[in-house]
Amino acid sequence: MTSESPAVRAPALEMRGITKRYPGVVANDAIDLDVRPGEIHALLGENGAGKTTLMNILYGLARPDDGQILLDGAEVHLTGPTDAIKRGISMVHQHFMLVPVLTVAENIVLGDETMSGPFFLDRAEAHKRIVELGRRFGFEVDPEAKVGSLSVGWQQRVEILKALYRDARILVLDEPTAVLTPQETQEIFEVLRRLAAEGHSIVFISHKLYEVLEIADRITVIRRGKVVGERLPSETDEEDLAELMVGREVSLIVDRGTSNPAAATLNVEGLIVKDDRGQEAVHGIDLEVRAGEILGVAGVAGNGQDELVEAIVGLRKPSAGRVTLDGADITGQRAREVSSAGVAYVPADRHRFGLVLSFSIADNLVLTSYHRPPYSRGILRNDAEIRKMAEERIKAFDIRTPSADAKAGTLSGGNQQKVVVAREFDRDLKLLVLDQPTRGLDVGSIEFIHKQVIAKRDAGTAVLLVSAELDEVLELSDRIAVIYRGRLVAIRDGRTADKNEIGILMATGGREGATNAPASDGGTAA
Amino acid sequence: MTARLRRLWRLLALPLLAIFLSVIVGSIVIIASEWLVSGELKPGLAIDAFSALVEGSVGSERAIVNTLVNTMPLLLGGLSVGLAFKGGLFNIGGYGQFLMGALGSVIVGVQLRESPAIIAIPAALAAGMLFGAVWGFIPGALKALSGAHEVVTTIMLNFIALAVLAAAVNGPLTVQGSTSPITPDVGNAALPIIIGRNGHIGLIYAPLMAVLYGWLLFRTTRGFEIRIAGSSPDAARYAGMSPKRLIIWTMSAAGLLSGMAGATDLLGTTHQMASTYGTTVGFDSIAVALLGRTSPIGIVLSALLFGALRTGSASMQIQAGVPAELVGVLQATILFFLVASPVIARLFRIRGARTGLDESTTITSTYGGEATIR
Repeated sequence: MTSESPAVRAPALEMRGITKRYPGVVANDAIDLDVRPGEIHALLGENGAGKTTLMNILYGLARPDDGQILLDGAEVHLTGPTDAIKRGISMVHQHFMLVPVLTVAENIVLGDETMSGPFFLDRAEAHKRIVELGRRFGFEVDPEAKVGSLSVGWQQRVEILKALYRDARILVLDEPTAVLTPQETQEIFEVLRRLAAEGHSIVFISHKLYEVLEIADRITVIRRGKVVGERLPSETDEEDLAELMVGREVSLIVDRGTSNPAAATLNVEGLIVKDDRGQEAVHGIDLEVRAGEILGVAGVAGNGQDELVEAIVGLRKPSAGRVTLDGADITGQRAREVSSAGVAYVPADRHRFGLVLSFSIADNLVLTSYHRPPYSRGILRNDAEIRKMAEERIKAFDIRTPSADAKAGTLSGGNQQKVVVAREFDRDLKLLVLDQPTRGLDVGSIEFIHKQVIAKRDAGTAVLLVSAELDEVLELSDRIAVIYRGRLVAIRDGRTADKNEIGILMATGGREGATNAPASDGGTAA
Repeated sequence: MTARLRRLWRLLALPLLAIFLSVIVGSIVIIASEWLVSGELKPGLAIDAFSALVEGSVGSERAIVNTLVNTMPLLLGGLSVGLAFKGGLFNIGGYGQFLMGALGSVIVGVQLRESPAIIAIPAALAAGMLFGAVWGFIPGALKALSGAHEVVTTIMLNFIALAVLAAAVNGPLTVQGSTSPITPDVGNAALPIIIGRNGHIGLIYAPLMAVLYGWLLFRTTRGFEIRIAGSSPDAARYAGMSPKRLIIWTMSAAGLLSGMAGATDLLGTTHQMASTYGTTVGFDSIAVALLGRTSPIGIVLSALLFGALRTGSASMQIQAGVPAELVGVLQATILFFLVASPVIARLFRIRGARTGLDESTTITSTYGGEATIR
C-alpha cells in the first residue's frame, strides 16, 4: 500500500479538468486536483464553491460531464460509492451518515460486513478489528455503544474508524474538526499525520484557515467552481487564503467594538433539565445574560447545551428551576409564548429545526411569525405581505437565490443560515439565543452572521451564544461560561480568557485526572 | 407558456405512463386468461374489453352521469386520505370512516324521513360527517396522547366500524316486521336529483369540497401548519406549533371527509342500509390520493378515472365477457407503477419528471418508529 519511491512520487489521485454542469450553474469548471501518497491536501472554498460536487464525483455519487479521474496514474470510471470504496476511496461526511439505533460496530461494518459463513456476521472478528484500529489511531470506542447515544464528537470518530476499517487509501474528510475542542482537534491531527506517514492520501476540507495551514502539505482553493490558487502553507497566510476563497478582502476577526451591558435580561436559577431519555442532562445551572451583552457558553457537544437552550426557549420543560425574562417568569412556557415575549432562537440543526427544506424561502421566512399580522388575516395567510417581507429580507440579508419561491433546500448552507438569521433577527428582541450559529459555514457567511450578532448586541439585546467552536465563543463573547457534564464549571472574561485554559476546562471540567471521555454516559452527577 | 407546459408534463408524465402501462398489463391478463380458459388466443378481446369499458363509462349521457355519481365518494375519500398525507399521516381508516359516515346519515335520515327535505338532508349529511370525524378523531387522539400508530389503530377501527354497522342494522335499525336485516328508506333525506336519472346534488358539493381542500391547505394558516407539521414535526415544534393538536385536528378533518363520502353514497345512491353494506371506496381512496399526488386537481382527476373504471366494469363484463374484477387489476397496477416510478422514469428515460411519491415517504417513515411526537 505504501509507495516506496522517494522524492517526486506519482499522484495517488489525480482529477483532471473535471467539469460538472447543473441546470443554470457550472458547479465544477475544469478543476484539476492531485494528491500524492502520504500527502495531506487541503481543499478550501466557500459553501457553494463546488467542493461537495467535486467530492461527490470522486466518491462516484455524481458523474462528471467532462474530465478524468486517475488512480495511481490509471484512469478509472467510478460507478458509485461501492466502486469508490473498493478502490480505496473513503469519505467522512459533514452530516454523519450513521444509523443511530445501531451499535458502533454495526455501523462500521455496515456495507462491508465481515462474515462467518454465508449468512452470519462475524461479530467477534469485527470487534477485534475495531478495537485494534481505535487503539492504533488513538481513539478507543466501545464497539457495543449505540451510535445515537454518542456525542457528535464521538460520532465523528466512528465515521473515521469506518473509513479506516475499509482500508481506505484515499481519505476525504469534510469539515472533520467542526465539532471538536482544540485538544481533540490536535488528537485528530495526530491521527491524520500518522495515516499520512503510512502512505495514506488525505483530502482535508475545512473552513478553518489556521487549521489548514497547520495540517496541510498543500492547499487548493476553489471559488465558483474554479481552482483559483494552489499554495504551500509556508508561502501563504490566513489573509491571503481568505481573500482567494471569497474573492475580496475579509476581516477574519470580528470588530466587536465595545459593549455596554445594562441590567440582566435573562435570569436562570437552579435549572434542572432532563434529556430525551429521561436522564438529567442539566444539573442546576445558574446564569444571567445582561442586555447588550454576549454570554458565550463553551463546551464539547453533548454536555447539556442543547437541553439548557431548549429549556430556555420553551421546547423542553425543565424539571426544576426558574427562568425569568426582564423579571417576568417564563419557566415552562410554550415556545410560542416565549417567542412572543421577545426571544428569538437560532437552533443548532438548521435542517431539522430551523428550516423546512422542501418549502419555499418565503414560507421559511415566515415560519415563526405566520400566525401574526400582517402575515395572517384571521385564519388566512396574507400572501402579499409574506411575499413583500420575503423580498425585503432577501435583499437586506443578501440571501443568494433566484427567487423567494425557490425551495430552501436548494440554497447553500450559508444562505440557508441567512434565511434563519433574517427571520429571527429582524424584529425587536430582548433575548437572542444562538446555538451553533455558524456550524459548517464558510468565512464569508460567518463574517456576515457575526456582524449581525454584534449589531443586535449593540441594539441592547441580550445574547446567549452556545457554540462548540471555541474560536467563535472567544471572538464574540463578553463573558464565557464553560459547560461540562451539565454544569457551568467556570466563567471567564471574554477579552482576557486563555484559549488553552478554556479548552482544558471544556474537556475535563477542570478536575485533576478527568478523562476526555464522551459526555454521553448519561451525564450523571459525578 | 412553455415553462408552464414543461411543469405540467413533469407532473403528468408518470401518472399517464402508469395508466398506459396498466392498460398493457390488463390486456395481457385478459388475453392470457381467455387462453387459459378456452385455449384460444384472441388478441382482439383486449380491445373489445377496453372499448366496452370506455363505452360503459363515458359512452352516453347516462353512462357519464353514472361515472360522476360513482366519482363523488371517491373524490371525498381521496381528499380525506390526501389531507392526512399532507399532515404526514397515513389514513388507512377511510374504510371505517366511510362506513360510520353512512351509518350516521342513515340513522338520522331514517328518523327524519318524513321531515322537510331542507331539514332532513343537511341533518343527515351532518350526522354522517360527525360520525366520520369521530372515527378519525379516535386514532388522532391515540397517536397524539400515547404515540399509538395511526396505521394500526385505523385498521383496527375499520373492523370495529364493520361490526358496529352489522350490529346496528341487524338490531335497532331493521325495518319492523322485515325478515332481512335492512333499514327503512331515508325518504325525504335522500339527496335531490339534479341531472339524469341518478345525478344527485353531491355532484355539486363534492367538487366544492375539493376547492375548500385547496383553500384550506394553501390559503389558511391552519393549512400551513398542517403542511409544515407533515414535512417536519421538529420544525413545527420549533416554530411554536403543536404537532399533537395538529395530528388530532387533521385526522378528525380527514374522518369528516370520509364520513361525508359514506353519507353521500348512502343518501345519494343506496338510500337504505343492508347489513352487507360496504364498498371498497375507503380503500380505493388511498389510490386516488396517491395517483392525484394529494393535489386538489390531481385528486379530482384521479377520482374521475377510478369512478369511470368502476362504472364501465359492468358493461365490460356484459359486452366482452371479461370479469368486472379486471378493473381491480387495473387499479392495482396503476398504483404499482406509480410507486415504482423512479424505476419507470429510468426505464423510459423520462427526463425531469418528478419521480417518487412524497407521500410514500409518509407511508414508509411512519413505520420507522417515528410515531412518538412531543
